[in-house]
Amino acid sequence: MSRAPSLSPLPQPAADASGVIELRGVWTRYRETLIHRALDFTARQGEVISLIGGSGSGKTTLLRVILGLTAPAQGEVRLFGESLHHASLAQRQALRRRLGMLFQQGALFSALSVYDNIAFPLRELGFLDEGWIRENVRLKLNMVGLDFGQAALTPAELSGGMIKRVALARALAIEPELLLLDEPTAGLDPPRSRSFVRLIRELQEMLRLTVVLVTHDVETIRGLESSVAVLAEQRVLRQGSIAEITAWDHPATREFFLSAPNP
Amino acid sequence: MTAPDPPVLRLSDGEAALSGAWTLAEFDILGRRRRLLFQALSQAGSEARSWNLEGISRLDNAAALLLWRAWRQRYPKQIILPERLAAAFSRIARLPEQKEESARPVPFLWLERLGRSVLSMSRRMLSFTLDVTELLGALVLSAYFLCRHPKAMPWKEFSATLYKAGFEAMPVTLLVGFLIGLTISYLSALQLRLYGADIFVVNLLGMGIIRELGPVLAAVLVAGRSGSAMTAQIGVMRVTEEIDALAVMGVSATLRVVWPKVAAMLVVMPLLVVWVSFSALLGGAVAAFVELELSIPYFFLRLPEVVAFSNLWIGLSKGAVFGFLIALLACHFGLKVRPNTESLSRHTTASVVTAITLVILTDAIFALLTRQIGI
Repeated sequence: MSRAPSLSPLPQPAADASGVIELRGVWTRYRETLIHRALDFTARQGEVISLIGGSGSGKTTLLRVILGLTAPAQGEVRLFGESLHHASLAQRQALRRRLGMLFQQGALFSALSVYDNIAFPLRELGFLDEGWIRENVRLKLNMVGLDFGQAALTPAELSGGMIKRVALARALAIEPELLLLDEPTAGLDPPRSRSFVRLIRELQEMLRLTVVLVTHDVETIRGLESSVAVLAEQRVLRQGSIAEITAWDHPATREFFLSAPNP
Repeated sequence: MTAPDPPVLRLSDGEAALSGAWTLAEFDILGRRRRLLFQALSQAGSEARSWNLEGISRLDNAAALLLWRAWRQRYPKQIILPERLAAAFSRIARLPEQKEESARPVPFLWLERLGRSVLSMSRRMLSFTLDVTELLGALVLSAYFLCRHPKAMPWKEFSATLYKAGFEAMPVTLLVGFLIGLTISYLSALQLRLYGADIFVVNLLGMGIIRELGPVLAAVLVAGRSGSAMTAQIGVMRVTEEIDALAVMGVSATLRVVWPKVAAMLVVMPLLVVWVSFSALLGGAVAAFVELELSIPYFFLRLPEVVAFSNLWIGLSKGAVFGFLIALLACHFGLKVRPNTESLSRHTTASVVTAITLVILTDAIFALLTRQIGI
């Protein structure tokens, strides 16, 4: 064996000082209503952050701003250090290929089968052959706990929980670095919800994913060992570990944690 | 921005050494060099005796699958696989085997296909007839119910349909009717002048428009405008389970959704027929004035003398029947929509195409039945 032993330590991805997501002074309006007022938000690589807040506090809108689906009236949105709203179409598409989104209702393409839904983003990449795509779909279905036999079903034939799983499989298909989840466990029964959370946690660790999620479920936050960002008064009022936020006595969070049993 | 960290494969002395980030995103950035990498990988797959994965900084599942395929679905005999990457491969190795579906050639496949399509076509025709009949029956029952409980008549929905299918259709039907009348009048004027039969342009236009063209034109326009809208509306109500919600609240969908549409179309279509016929005649009169110097007041004075009044009744009753048909089919196809976008578009198309076809078929039947009236 004439193999030079590798002496240098493994190249780790540099712990970027700038975040994966950076929002600076973002103002968002919906018609006459002001949703975000000078909002700042940062998510660093490998972080798991849960957005909480009362209904109508602009959590889902914040996700849409991060995704570039809603343009802020003012302020800057940077993804992976690049400005989203000043990027060219090609740049924006390249940025979007690095993130996966799980929509609340799944947003599966209703005219396509489960298989084609998951294969769709892979086919869009344009360099995977059908065999590789097929194996990918098989793996992703297995990861989310579905059987390959269910791949021929159409979204209309799926239960609510299965739609979530297929949608997660589709979000993970292009191996994103940033995963955005809108109410990931809503509509799942408690055991399914726990295993789903475990799965997200496992994937997050394995791929060092950055995860930002909107949730109402304290169990989900604990299961993901997630930090918490509280949306209230039209901005991110506080961001910290779950212990810090629980200790913080504020009307925006009091009710949220009151109902949840301590672990 | 994380710095690019392209995947690298070095093959020397039968050892394949991998380094860099093996991820879809990096493959995407590689561009044209990607093919070289994949070629090298398949070459390594057949030649390399040992694999060293220590240099890999990032590995995603898709890339792990790529390696797994290069290894022919099993671990190579000699492999240096760091602990942190092992999970990705063990996940793939644990994947349950799938059965290969057998593709046995079938003799006379075309015959089977032909038979199947004929069968499915006739089955579809049968179920279409049955479903429409069922809907008709439900409408009759609703009408009976409304006779006994007149207060239950959904006036709001009825007037909304009158407004949307009738009033809002007036500008476009005026325009189309006027232009068609203009064209026909101009073309016939050219021919009639050859025989010195200028004056007969009134007979020709009056009979043709009031009896035939007005009702059919109105029906085609309304089928395209309102029939498709009704199918799409009811279809989306099916998709979003609004129809079921109505049923749960004890409100009959036939009574609240289908009945007001059918009833309103029955009323509004004859009115639209009058409107379209009028605009076409106006267009015809204008062309006759320009081309044959036939004064417009004279055109309209002459009209009742040469066109029997019964023709108007035929036109109006055709309008009512066409309106009924369009609304009935639109509701039928709307209620048959299954919850996906493909089905919605297919049913909306089917609604318009079937409605127009049946309108023209019915028109032919009308022509047969009324061949001794008003000519």
